[in-house]
Amino acid sequence: MISQLVSLWKVFLHLFASNETVQYPSKKKWWWSKPTKVMPYLAPRYRGRIILTRDPDGEERCVACNLCAVVCPVDCIALQKTEDENGRWYPEFFRINFSRCIMCGMCEEACPTYAIQLTPDFEICEYDRNNLVYEKEHLLINGVGKYPDYSFWQVAGKTIFGKNKGEAQNESPPEDVRSLLP
Amino acid sequence: MATIVVDGVEFEVDEGQNLLHACLSQGLELPYFCWHPSLGSVGACRQCAVIQYADADDTRGRLTMACMTPAKDGTRISIQTETAKQFRASVIEWLMENHPHDCPVCEEGGECHLQDMTVMTGHTQRRYRGRKRTFENQYLGPFLNHEMNRCITCYRCVRFYNDYAGGTDLQVFGSRDRMYFGRTTDGVLENEFSGNLIEVCPTGVFTDKPFSESYTRKWDLSSAPSICAGCAVGCNTFVSERYGRLKRVHNRYHGELNGYFLCDRGRFGAGFVNSTDRIEHVGERVEDDFFDVLDVEVGIAKLAEMIRQGDVVGIGSPRASLETNVALKTLVGEAQFCTGMSSAEESLVDLIIQTQRATSADIPSLSDVESADAVLILGEDVLNTAPRVALALRQTVRNRALNLAGEAGIPQWQDAGVSSHAQGRLNPLFIASVLPSGIDDIAADLLHDVPLNLADCGFAIAACIGEATGSEPDFVRKAAAALRSAQNPLIVSGTSTRTRAIVEAAGAVVAALESAGKVPRLLLVAPEANSFGSGLIGGGLDMNTALQRVASGSTKTLIVAENDIFRRAERERVEQALCTVENLVVLDSLDTPTASLAGLVFPAATFAESTGTFVNYETRAQRFYCVFEPRHEIAPSWRWLAQAATDAGRDDLGWTHVDDVLEAVAASPNMAGVRAVAPDAGYLGSSLCKTPRETPRFSGRTAMNANVNIHEPKTSVDEETPLSFSMEGLNRDQPSALLPFVWAPGWNSNQSVFKFQQEVGGAAAGGDPGVRLLASGSIGTMPARSASVRSDRGGVDTGFRLIPVQAIFGSDELSSRSPPVVERSSAAFMIFSPMDAERLGATQGMGVSCSVLGATFAVTVDAAMKSGYVGVSVGFTGAEGELPDGLIGLAVDPNYRPTPNPHDRVIARG
Repeated sequence: MISQLVSLWKVFLHLFASNETVQYPSKKKWWWSKPTKVMPYLAPRYRGRIILTRDPDGEERCVACNLCAVVCPVDCIALQKTEDENGRWYPEFFRINFSRCIMCGMCEEACPTYAIQLTPDFEICEYDRNNLVYEKEHLLINGVGKYPDYSFWQVAGKTIFGKNKGEAQNESPPEDVRSLLP
Repeated sequence: MATIVVDGVEFEVDEGQNLLHACLSQGLELPYFCWHPSLGSVGACRQCAVIQYADADDTRGRLTMACMTPAKDGTRISIQTETAKQFRASVIEWLMENHPHDCPVCEEGGECHLQDMTVMTGHTQRRYRGRKRTFENQYLGPFLNHEMNRCITCYRCVRFYNDYAGGTDLQVFGSRDRMYFGRTTDGVLENEFSGNLIEVCPTGVFTDKPFSESYTRKWDLSSAPSICAGCAVGCNTFVSERYGRLKRVHNRYHGELNGYFLCDRGRFGAGFVNSTDRIEHVGERVEDDFFDVLDVEVGIAKLAEMIRQGDVVGIGSPRASLETNVALKTLVGEAQFCTGMSSAEESLVDLIIQTQRATSADIPSLSDVESADAVLILGEDVLNTAPRVALALRQTVRNRALNLAGEAGIPQWQDAGVSSHAQGRLNPLFIASVLPSGIDDIAADLLHDVPLNLADCGFAIAACIGEATGSEPDFVRKAAAALRSAQNPLIVSGTSTRTRAIVEAAGAVVAALESAGKVPRLLLVAPEANSFGSGLIGGGLDMNTALQRVASGSTKTLIVAENDIFRRAERERVEQALCTVENLVVLDSLDTPTASLAGLVFPAATFAESTGTFVNYETRAQRFYCVFEPRHEIAPSWRWLAQAATDAGRDDLGWTHVDDVLEAVAASPNMAGVRAVAPDAGYLGSSLCKTPRETPRFSGRTAMNANVNIHEPKTSVDEETPLSFSMEGLNRDQPSALLPFVWAPGWNSNQSVFKFQQEVGGAAAGGDPGVRLLASGSIGTMPARSASVRSDRGGVDTGFRLIPVQAIFGSDELSSRSPPVVERSSAAFMIFSPMDAERLGATQGMGVSCSVLGATFAVTVDAAMKSGYVGVSVGFTGAEGELPDGLIGLAVDPNYRPTPNPHDRVIARG
């Protein structure tokens, strides 16, 4: 009996609470004023437009491992691996067909380098579907996105420019295989 | 058969095998690394541990390695017991301790045996927090990448490379946990089978370098079963594609032919498919060296007009499919058709066919080759002309150890025991060849001489097998004795020296063995992938007559299908013919010297873009399937010919489907078997779908072409083949000729191949693919010994006599246009005897020019070369065609500068 009354009271209180629903895309402050654009607050982990980020050293994070493409339930990611003269892998092209994307975020979850990230920007509608095909130049940003410190290459065993064998985190210097010491 | 009990369930298994082999053959999942069906067991990795019980009452059991325990009757083991599982989990945890965090940037990722086994044992959480051991990598040449950090020390690489393939430059260095698998210094891995390390290595230490350059994960490749076009062996391959480019060639298991291994020419020689020299449009020559692109209809109409006018001669090709050759032969008529082999090649291939039919000796498959116990190689450089045969011969010789082990009661899979018991004893292999080759190290005796003397030696062996006079040379006596005392003697010979007498001598040895009551086998190597097909189809004209006829001006139109005539006859003869003929029509995939002289060019599909049939050295017809749809206007040659003929009013070439052409092929003499090679295009698998070329996890479907067309057109329907350009359907239970890739749940790597075998290492599930067209057995007469004209040897003053020398990288036309093979092959060379070189004033590294061939050659000096003769690298620049008879003058070229050898390059790179 008491709990029912409490519930009723709480529901009643909601009559005076402010709206969670936001008038979007625009809202009038008063009935006579002009509508102004409204952008609701979206948490950083909101799953909107996909971006490709860069390492703290400024190079591309994406190593073209294809895990995002394979995990994508609508198969809307296609890319091709290539590598620079020092052996660092990167995508030759990276294409997301946003007209197919369902913003599920599985690519972000699969990404071993934090390269692919979803952002709170959801305003990517177009009149022409062709404009929803994003290439690498549209996806790549000049920043680290949500994960400022992580650099995959500093934990990987492969050599890249500026990091030789044994210089990654938790690596001993290269073995001298000619040594006869026990 | 033995009955073993695994986790309480009884299985009937092969008693001669080990428990790992038995369990995998029964479809049980047991992780392993160091064991390989072709390499045997060494028990190095400790991954296949199981609990073995003494009897039904034993509840405790003891830990044993399944790969090192015989599958005796009554063996009781458990794979699932917690102790066994824990042990295996610990083993993989130790192996993974130093494994780098590389999977995203590793070419093995997604088809990695180590990944599969890690998942299978349930090791998901890394506990080791210490430092990881690292190694520097080595530059290993244009074929392989080296990434030593990933090694788990299973020893498979050195066991394959050194023990199985006879390599010497890959070794193990270091001690304790610092084992390093590599060369003493950076440099090219020299063995001709080094590419197999890609598939043998269970992780990503050795990876495919050309594939890595435009890498695609295995799950994204769409693949089709194919046949290697590199030589006459016809190894079965998987050819894979993505984004319209051929990405890689992998081994497709064939129990009787290539087994688990390919040669490097086959694996890396398909790069020509992506070449920028590809002909992609119908073209008409307007002025010298310039071609105008024609509309397809206009091009066909022009060809149709030429056909209507008559007087057409057709030249086929031993590198084109049966379908194309038969289409051209039907179009021009037998009397106007030339097979496209040079006159010398054709007469040799005819001789081989005649010999193989006349003798009752079987043509051995490669597994038969491995079961021989005495071998004579007569005049053939198999390592360079049919490399996979050489690898099989190495096993023939090594298999003495298996016989000895059998006598001593050592199980055949016990690799270390078998080889240490044999103490280096080998089956006898006798090599009579022009020059030393890479398999000389396993020969019981060697003879190096000029081709006609080798033939004499062959006849002498034949005579000696019948009755020894006692005055024979040592080599002859030993070889004859070994062959006579063998159970399964094998004679290997072929066409590489272009000498009839050698093939006749090989036939004579076989005949002598037959009359001595033996059951010998005879393997005769033909020059190209479909030489036997061309030989069996036959034509009314041989190359020289055809060219003569064309040059005489009586021919209006010459149609050349997928052939570079400059490789088939002497230059002047070809030029004269091709410049005389009014209309020269060339259908080819690559821009060749012949194609650049053509008036009308049609773009022909390669083996990767068309479906067709090759006939290998065993006369085994095998089907290759198109992997991807050709770009632009490229189409199979037979289609161009059939279309033009139909437009010209012919009603006998109204083919629209590859199966129609196949009917026509099957109607030709000797060809009835080709229908049975593989199911026709209507075949549906157990899922009532066509067999998918794409894996079940193929990605990017809605984005791959989105930049071209957002509307995702329907996948093109493949009406030509029982395969589809799709991921729908099951890759399961279809005939083995239709297997596009190997994958099984939990087995992403190529180790999953055992799921597609009848038993591990046995025949492919559903039978090994291919149908033999000829049964040997006393049809016709054995060719008699032709009177060979013995010509004088040459000299510095009189000129030299040229002997063709084959090279695995460079002699074959198509593979020598594949970039990694180009990088691996040397410049055109000539081999001199030390005496001749000295008298000519030439030393190693200098160049000699030859005015007849119009080219300069790098000088190589070899003590085995006979004075007065010079070995010439055939197929290389300047020596593409048949070598001229007669004495050829040579002079040192003072202006010669050796091209820097790319192999000397050492790249210090991670």
